[in-house]
Amino acid sequence: MIRNTRKETLVAFVLIAPFVAIYGLIFIYPTIDMFILSFQDAPLIGEGTWVGWENYTRLPRDRRFDTAFWNTAYFVALSVVPGTLVALFIALGISRLSGRLQALVLALFFLPYILPVSVVYRIWDWTLNFQFGIGMHLFDWMGIDRVPIFKMTGWFMPAVAFVTVWWTAGFSILLFLAGLRAIPQEIYEASSLDNASRWTTFTKITWPLLWPVTALVLTIQLILQLKIFDQVYLFSVGGRPNDNLVMVYYIFQRAFVNNDGGRAAAIAVVLFVIVIIVSVLNFQLMRFAERRP
Amino acid sequence: MTPETARRVNLAGAAITTFTVFCAIVWAFPIYWGIVSSLKPEDEVVRPYIELWPDTLTFQHYWFALTQTQIGTWYINSIATAVGVTILTVSTSMFAGYAISQLRFPFRKPLYWLILASFMVPTQVLIVNHFVLMANMGLLNTWAGIILPQLIHPVVIIVYKQFFDQVPKDFREAAVMDNASEFSILLKVYMPMNWGVTTALSIVTFIWSWNAFLWPFLAVTKTEMMTITVGITQVNDAFGVYYARQLSAAVLAGFPVALAYLLFQRRVTQAITLSAGIKG
Repeated sequence: MIRNTRKETLVAFVLIAPFVAIYGLIFIYPTIDMFILSFQDAPLIGEGTWVGWENYTRLPRDRRFDTAFWNTAYFVALSVVPGTLVALFIALGISRLSGRLQALVLALFFLPYILPVSVVYRIWDWTLNFQFGIGMHLFDWMGIDRVPIFKMTGWFMPAVAFVTVWWTAGFSILLFLAGLRAIPQEIYEASSLDNASRWTTFTKITWPLLWPVTALVLTIQLILQLKIFDQVYLFSVGGRPNDNLVMVYYIFQRAFVNNDGGRAAAIAVVLFVIVIIVSVLNFQLMRFAERRP
Repeated sequence: MTPETARRVNLAGAAITTFTVFCAIVWAFPIYWGIVSSLKPEDEVVRPYIELWPDTLTFQHYWFALTQTQIGTWYINSIATAVGVTILTVSTSMFAGYAISQLRFPFRKPLYWLILASFMVPTQVLIVNHFVLMANMGLLNTWAGIILPQLIHPVVIIVYKQFFDQVPKDFREAAVMDNASEFSILLKVYMPMNWGVTTALSIVTFIWSWNAFLWPFLAVTKTEMMTITVGITQVNDAFGVYYARQLSAAVLAGFPVALAYLLFQRRVTQAITLSAGIKG
C-alpha cells in the first residue's frame, strides 16, 4: 500500500498534540523541576538559593526521615505479601462458585475497593472506635483489653495495613480470578481421574500455573504500597503523626507544614529512585519468571 | 473414586463453599454496619450492645448533611472534576493510542517508551512541583487546578494501543482505498468498534478520579471548592463528633461510585483486568 508520509505525519502530530502538551506540562516539566528544586534551599513558593547536595546529605541524620523510611518498609512488609495471599485464597473460594452466587460473593469482596479512602477511613474509624466500635466487642470476647488502636504507635501500622488489605484486595482478587479462568479445565479433569487430592491439585497444578499472575499482583501491590499516604494521614489525625510518618507523608509535611520546598523535593527524589529501582528489578524478575517452563 | 470418598469430597466442597460465603458476609459487614449506624438516632448509635437493625429508623442525619452542610457543593465539585478528568484522559489517550498504533511518524518509538516509562514514576512524588506549578498558573482552588495533575494515566493509552493493534489491517486499507481521511477512519471505523473498551475505561477513570484524595486535598484550601472525598474528612466542625452524622456523609460520598460499580459490574471488571495487562 502506498502511504502518503507527509500527510500521515501531520495527522499523527495533530492526534498526539493534546496528549504531548498535557504530559509536557504536568509530567515532564514537574519531574525536571523536582530535581532542580532538590538542590536548593527554597520555600514552597518563591525563589531559592543553590545549596548543592546539602538537602541530601542531611537525610541520614534526619530522624523524621529515618522514621518515614522504615515505616514505609514496615508497611510494605505488613501489606504486600499478606494482602496477596488473602486475595489468592478468596479468589480460589470464589472460583468454585458459579452463577448468581459467584457474582454476589465477588461483589461483596470487591465493594471496598470501589470506595473512596475517606469513606474507608470513616467506616473503620467507627468499627474500631475505642468506646463504641463493634470491633471492640471482638476484643472483649477474645479477652484483650480495649485499646485506642489508631492512637497507639505499636498498633497503628498493623491496623492501617489490615484496613489497606481489606480495601485493596478486590483488585488482586479480580486478577487472580482472571488467571484461574485461563487454566484449561481439562487439566483438572485429568487430575481428578488420577484421584489427586485437593491439596496436590493446588500445589502441583494451580499454584505453578498461577505464578505469573501472582508475580504481577505482588509487583502492583509493592509499587502501590510504597506510595502510601492517604490512609496513614487520615488515621493519624488526632493521633501521633510524627511516629506514623511514611515517605509521602514526610514529603507533604516538609513542603506544606514546614514550608521547605527544597528538602521536600530531595525526599521526593529519594522515593522516586526507590520506586524506579524496584520497578526495574521487578520487570527483570517477571521476565525471568516468564522464561521458566 | 469409591462412593465413600466421593461423598467425603462433596462434603469438603460444601464446607469450603459455605466458608467462602460466610467470609464474604464478614468482609462486607463493616460497610453494612456503617450504613445501619447512619440510620440510627445518635443515642442509639452509642449503645453498649450490638443491634443489627435500628430501633428507630431515621433519615435525620441525611437530611442534616444535605441541608446544613456544603455536601451539595462538594457533590458538584466532585462530579465536575471527575467528568473533566474522564473526558480529557479518555479522549487524549484514544487519539494518542490510535496514532501510535496505526500511523508512522518521527519520534513514534521514543514517545511510546516515554509512556511506558511514566508507568514507573509515582505521581505522589510530584505533589510539591504540581503545587508550585498550579500556584504559578493561579489555578489553586479551581476545578482546572484539581483536574490537570490527575491526567497522568499512561495505562489508558496502552490499553487503547493494544486494542487498535488487534484490529485487522483490512479495515484500514479498505477505508484508505475509499479515500477516507485519517480522522474519519478513526471516528467512523475504529471508534464504533471500541465502544465497549471506551465505556469500561471511562467508568473506571471516573471512579479513580472521584476517589482521588491526595491531590484534591492539596489543591484546595477553600471549603466551597472541595471535592466530596476530601470534604467529608476536612470539615469536622460541621459534623461535630456525631458518629451517625459523619457516617451519613460517608455513605453519601461513597454512594455514586458504589452505584456505578453495581450497575456496570462487568465493565468495571473488564477495565481493571485490562489495565493490569491481562486480557479480560
